[in-house]
Amino acid sequence: MLRTDLLVYLGAFLFCTGLTIAIIKRNVIMVLLGIELMLNGSNVNLIAFNQQHGEALHGHIFALFVIIVAVSEAAIGLAIILRVYRYYQSSVPDQISDLKD
Amino acid sequence: MTGIDILFYILMGLAAGAALAILFSKNVFKSALYLLVTLLALAGLYVLGYAEFVAVAQILVYAGGILVIILFGIMLTSKISGHALAVGHRHIASGAAVGLGLFFLLARYVKPSSDPNNLVPENTGDIGLTLFSEYSLPFEIAGLLLLIALVGAAVVTAHLKPKA
Repeated sequence: MLRTDLLVYLGAFLFCTGLTIAIIKRNVIMVLLGIELMLNGSNVNLIAFNQQHGEALHGHIFALFVIIVAVSEAAIGLAIILRVYRYYQSSVPDQISDLKD
Repeated sequence: MTGIDILFYILMGLAAGAALAILFSKNVFKSALYLLVTLLALAGLYVLGYAEFVAVAQILVYAGGILVIILFGIMLTSKISGHALAVGHRHIASGAAVGLGLFFLLARYVKPSSDPNNLVPENTGDIGLTLFSEYSLPFEIAGLLLLIALVGAAVVTAHLKPKA
């Protein structure tokens, strides 16, 4: 059996790293990578706490649904990124500011 | 300290180190490969935590699917000169403050581990039964969500001619 507290620390670490990546990177694909990392951090938590409950598998199933939603998010996100890139010829979020001006 | 413990620490270090490497890397392509390392290390951790089905799903869906999509995205949005692969940083101080602050906030509330019980779930069969009995409605909705996402992605990227 794995140590739950270490896994929870790992989940928190992955989540915070993903958040920082999404904030500081100047490329929309890197922002998408950060979001994937955050989703994985939450999945680590679900698996870790499922260990405390032995035979129940609700954590595993929740993790599977998280993976499904992550797939949908990646597909739609990249479609939008391609569309925006074709229109602005840029994948830097700071240069896509038509709504701000 | 058994072999499983050593493997556990190695996989944890690999996952955390590759995540940090994404943070400090300036190359989108390399970052995607570091993400692959993180995902595979997490799949190994899931296997050690008796979650084989989630581990296999993680490898198939993340490493096989999402990573390929992301690499496609990188190829399609980078200029051939290669210069666009380099990524700059902005808001470094505030980003680091948010990340570190949230991490220490979360870490404050982690309790030291109590002994988990040693019941080993009968994994894949039970997941199938639970998915098709107790969770059948969310399962169907997830299928619908995937269909909508696929159709939506195809429509968003298609060249639609405006009607005259």
